[in-house]
Amino acid sequence: MSLSFTLTCPVPVTQHKAIVLGHGSGGRLTAQLVRELFLPAFDNPALRKLDDQAVLEVAPGRIAMTTDAYVVTPLFFPGGDIGRLAVNGTVNDLAMSGARPLYLTAAFIIEEGLPLEDLERVVHSMAQAAADAGVAIVTGDTKVVNRGCADKLFITTAGVGLVPDGTSISASNARPGDVVIVSGPIGDHGITIWSTREGIDFTGSLQSDTAPLHALVEAMIAAGDVHVLRDPTRGGLGTSLCEIAASSSVGVELEASAVPVREEVKAACEILGMDPLFVANEGRLVAMVAESSADAVLQAMRRIPEGRDACRIGRIVAEHAGMVLVKTEVGGSRILDVPFAEQLPRIC
Amino acid sequence: MKYVDEYRDQKMAEKLAAEIRRAVTRPWAIMEVCGGQTHSIVKYGIDYLLPKEVELVHGPGCPVCVTPLEMIDRAHAIARRPEVIFCSFGDMLRVPGSTGDLFQVKAGGADVRIVYSPLDCLKIASSNPARKVVFFAIGFETTAPANAMAVWQARQQGIRNFSVLVSHVLVPPAMTGILESPDNRVQAFLGPGHVCAVMGYREYEPIPPRYGTPIVITGFEPIDLLEGTLMAVRQLEQGRAEVENQYVRAVDADGNTDAQKMIDRVFEVCDRAWRGIGIIPRSGYRLKDEFRDYDAEQIFQLGPIHAPEPAICISGQVLTGLKKPHDCPAFGKECTPQNPLGATMVSAEGACAAYYNYGRHLVALPSAMGKV
Repeated sequence: MSLSFTLTCPVPVTQHKAIVLGHGSGGRLTAQLVRELFLPAFDNPALRKLDDQAVLEVAPGRIAMTTDAYVVTPLFFPGGDIGRLAVNGTVNDLAMSGARPLYLTAAFIIEEGLPLEDLERVVHSMAQAAADAGVAIVTGDTKVVNRGCADKLFITTAGVGLVPDGTSISASNARPGDVVIVSGPIGDHGITIWSTREGIDFTGSLQSDTAPLHALVEAMIAAGDVHVLRDPTRGGLGTSLCEIAASSSVGVELEASAVPVREEVKAACEILGMDPLFVANEGRLVAMVAESSADAVLQAMRRIPEGRDACRIGRIVAEHAGMVLVKTEVGGSRILDVPFAEQLPRIC
Repeated sequence: MKYVDEYRDQKMAEKLAAEIRRAVTRPWAIMEVCGGQTHSIVKYGIDYLLPKEVELVHGPGCPVCVTPLEMIDRAHAIARRPEVIFCSFGDMLRVPGSTGDLFQVKAGGADVRIVYSPLDCLKIASSNPARKVVFFAIGFETTAPANAMAVWQARQQGIRNFSVLVSHVLVPPAMTGILESPDNRVQAFLGPGHVCAVMGYREYEPIPPRYGTPIVITGFEPIDLLEGTLMAVRQLEQGRAEVENQYVRAVDADGNTDAQKMIDRVFEVCDRAWRGIGIIPRSGYRLKDEFRDYDAEQIFQLGPIHAPEPAICISGQVLTGLKKPHDCPAFGKECTPQNPLGATMVSAEGACAAYYNYGRHLVALPSAMGKV
């Protein structure tokens, strides 16, 4: 992922250098923002009509639908920005059902005073991310709130996708014998955000992993028998595994030494006293796959950039249903449980 | 990761566990002093690698846990003042006082900030000259040098709007306090590696001959803990009682003398209350008189605060090694990290919280694994 993008539209001609309350008034300033920024960036036939709703052609079958709100400080970080997150995150939530993502909506809550330049950067990044993921942003909304009533910019996206016939993927579908696969190293996004926000830079070239995963999912489903998919975002891989164990009433056996973690992430977690298993990801997935097709699925994943470092990290068992058991690096064992709130840096 | 992975090596762990099995002939109770060691033991399941004769009991060395409730309430009262920017290490924010934790105080409008070093507070103080910046200076000898440095530099730089709320505690008085308790069952200690990296281990040398209790200064990685346990078991089996140093890559006899000088410039030894235990004589630091202008207790004059502990909590017995977390009827039921009734459930390094966070309230692990 790269931060760079090309301005494909004329730079807005408004005299305003920053967002003012009027940009959310529904009056001429709002219309100008839509006409000069959002419309050229997201351009598609449904959006172009500027109706109160988008009217869409959809093939017969099952629709997947999801929504997510994005708040992140800072708005821009190595490997991405809030706009790219808002597209990829919703695309990935759709993809975790096996759906092919089709359409997104986008709602912006903007704090008065946000530099227009920042909004433009975010919007163009969203447009690029949507193009990369092959989805159209077909309808949207903009509100501006008083200074102090929001933190610069909040984005909510919703999405719909088409679930192919015969595909049944759910967190409740894990079965004893399944192999647990993760698509790449964990914790990159969370540690990147933390280190950028706190201004403590010992992460070198570390970047957020934000990426659309629908192509990876498509390749996995074509290659084998995929039972469960999750993108372990906020709560990290550990929380996803606990949720799957509970939903499917199975036990998960996790090999701690098999879980891929980059050196920079390991080091940051060591220093802060945090566990990479509970650090956020934005471009990773964890899958439960039938043992018989696990190798084929892994091979297919490794041919896709987002799955290049995919590997086995554990298996599903009938014992200790609802619980995740970790075999530790030194051969001990412990149970993985979901922390009750975010992890905090330890004192010593 | 270099300097870490080699201390988490499974083959080496198995070898050390086998040597412990060979060395042991009867039951021994060994206390790891530090909360960081407790956390590591539970996280890596190290106690399950040991023979049944060797029992690890968890010590009082969790700075967050032993900070008295009354001091937490004092911190909250200061943080609520509109002129105050209250700064703290991250894991103090979730420690409950009598009415909620610092996150709730923050949600109520207080300016509460997480810092990674007390020196960050000086920058905050300089850029907010109209506000009063207060740092919650807690911890053992490990955090004392940096906290002392912050006060020292504030004076050097003429920063007047910075102060510290001090609740520093010291390890050796707590160890002798445990040994002198009539109920004591600790037969050897894994000594506090990071505290000794600062203080050296000379002050520990009088303890083993006086009480017949070996001390092995031990690190925090799985291999450190297994090797420290092996050294302690060998001393016990051979009838020796002396200070040994397992953590040679970080600790020597004299410690970090520059850090000690900084502590001596700013702090003096005083009696301190420990949450769950009570007052231990000469077991803490307070600011020297010449630094009273930097003492938040002097500046804010809150008067006495009375904060009774829940009666059901046995954290004092857990902190002194008399009981294990699951000996408590409230463990994992009324008392959880969401709603901690006492000291040892409040920090990741507290024994009860470590047991809870690593699922030991859910199941007796060895039987679930079909082993041990």
